Amino acid sequence: MADLSVATVAPSEAHASGGAAAPRAPRPRRRPRRFVGLLYVLPAAAVYFYFAIWPTLTTVGLSFMTWDGIVPARWAGLDNYTRIFTDTTLLNAIVHSLVLIVFFAVIPVIVGLMLTALLTQKIRHGMTFFRVVFFLPQVLPLVVVGITWRWLYSENGVVNQFLSTIGLGDITRAWLGDYDLALIALGLIGTWTMSGLCMVLFLSGAQKIDPQYYEAATLDGAGAFRQFISITLPELRKEITIAAVITTIAALASFDLVFVTTNGGPANQTTVPGLLVYRLAFNEGNIGGASALAVTLSVIVIGIVTLIRYIAREKP
Amino acid sequence: MKTPIVSTTLRYAVLVAMTLIVIVPFVGIVLAALHPADGQVTGLAIPSQLSWENFVLAWDGANFDRLVGSSVLIAVCVVPLALVLATLAAYALAVLKVPGSRFITPAFVFGLTLPVELVVVALYFNLRGVGLLDSYVGIILAEAALFMPFGIYWMHAHFSSVPMELVEASRIDGARDLIVLARVLLPISWPAITTLAVLYFMWSWNQFLLVLVLMQDPNKRTAPAGLGYFVGQYSTNIPLLSAASIIVIAPIVIMYLIFQRSFVSGLTQGAVK
Repeated sequence: MADLSVATVAPSEAHASGGAAAPRAPRPRRRPRRFVGLLYVLPAAAVYFYFAIWPTLTTVGLSFMTWDGIVPARWAGLDNYTRIFTDTTLLNAIVHSLVLIVFFAVIPVIVGLMLTALLTQKIRHGMTFFRVVFFLPQVLPLVVVGITWRWLYSENGVVNQFLSTIGLGDITRAWLGDYDLALIALGLIGTWTMSGLCMVLFLSGAQKIDPQYYEAATLDGAGAFRQFISITLPELRKEITIAAVITTIAALASFDLVFVTTNGGPANQTTVPGLLVYRLAFNEGNIGGASALAVTLSVIVIGIVTLIRYIAREKP
Repeated sequence: MKTPIVSTTLRYAVLVAMTLIVIVPFVGIVLAALHPADGQVTGLAIPSQLSWENFVLAWDGANFDRLVGSSVLIAVCVVPLALVLATLAAYALAVLKVPGSRFITPAFVFGLTLPVELVVVALYFNLRGVGLLDSYVGIILAEAALFMPFGIYWMHAHFSSVPMELVEASRIDGARDLIVLARVLLPISWPAITTLAVLYFMWSWNQFLLVLVLMQDPNKRTAPAGLGYFVGQYSTNIPLLSAASIIVIAPIVIMYLIFQRSFVSGLTQGAVK
């Protein structure tokens, strides 16, 4: 599947100018044809504009309004935005989503890297089977993942059964209802969902590393740990960046999972921005507030994704 | 380099442990789904009698006739529509290099980062204004738009990897753009298109927030959205909830087992940019 990698985008750019200058395709005949080509973009652009770009612009507009969805909207200036940073309920939701990054992104990336270190070049048989299993949580609807974990975490659930078996019966509880631990319990569902993605990404990336690097390092007397730090980690930069970006977006923009597991409870301990956008807009009729929160969330997503890309950029 | 047996065994032990962590929740809900409905389920336990009728009870209780019907209808429309739109646009942008493609492509791809939350509220009011709420057409077009960034990104990357000599050669023979696409590019693009189709199916089937907001009519909800409401109704009936969950994931799990290569390559290769 290497032919699908995007590294090939750049050379074909160069080809465009080369193609236009080719002697057998003179300029005057190509021009109208190139504009006609826009017709192929048009249907996609129209759907994308009306159902994605236009609503985005509308959201930005509404974020400066006070509107209940019925009576005409009133200009509110930056009120909706200032409220996000003064209202503890809204601010906490943002903080929770940042905490979830640890569980959705940081821990899965670390787990994935540890497994890659353990398995690269070592395991030859059965990897297809393990890959199919590890990747499975990634394809399931999060609603079902949530329902499953709701039960696993419940008073009579498998988590408590396991804890009792290993002699930790004292700490059993209804995990998602625990004031202090609900957010962590929720986060660990994200860890369960995302670890497989990271693992599969890193393992497939590590397979592409030239084995000669490792052989040379071994000859130079580098141990397994040293080899991992100096060869595997730098060679996986692209995969690590992508894993971090995908999982971070999943953490910040989480909705489905929270909606079916805790619905923000207990006592707003597990609220996330997505949940409050939904509540503000459809339960409380505060469209302006919901829009401002959605815009803020998107700005945070873009900011953190940009930051990850910046940290992981190719250094000269 | 020879690996000692002990360390190989250790490695497989770690793999097996990870496998168990992934699998146990599924074993859990399968076992729970077979317990008598309304009964107490405690941890992992094999029920004394297998209550297969839970699947029937859950099917009728959550009105899965309607839910699965809606899900299938939406997926069957979204997948081909989104595929055709993305393929045509990516062809024009990557191969024909239409004027402005330098700006149009990034504009589409930028959408990859934006969360659904950003559009869903405004989309509700926009669609309410034009009578597309509670409408399959509205959902189908909204999902097609939502999946567009990835589709264009994916097909663009694929078309860019095709040797341009192939396209140029048939052009010189006088073939029109659409003929080039149909006769030259599509025949070598089926693996990429299949992968995209499989991902589109999954995203359409699993879509939750968009359906929750745009489909208020209980009879038109999709399977996952219906399940979201079913939880509220039967929150303590673990056997029925488990049975309903299995019904919802069955199609996607079967699809995954058949096309696992496409799923994995799509979500991993597609991501590596």
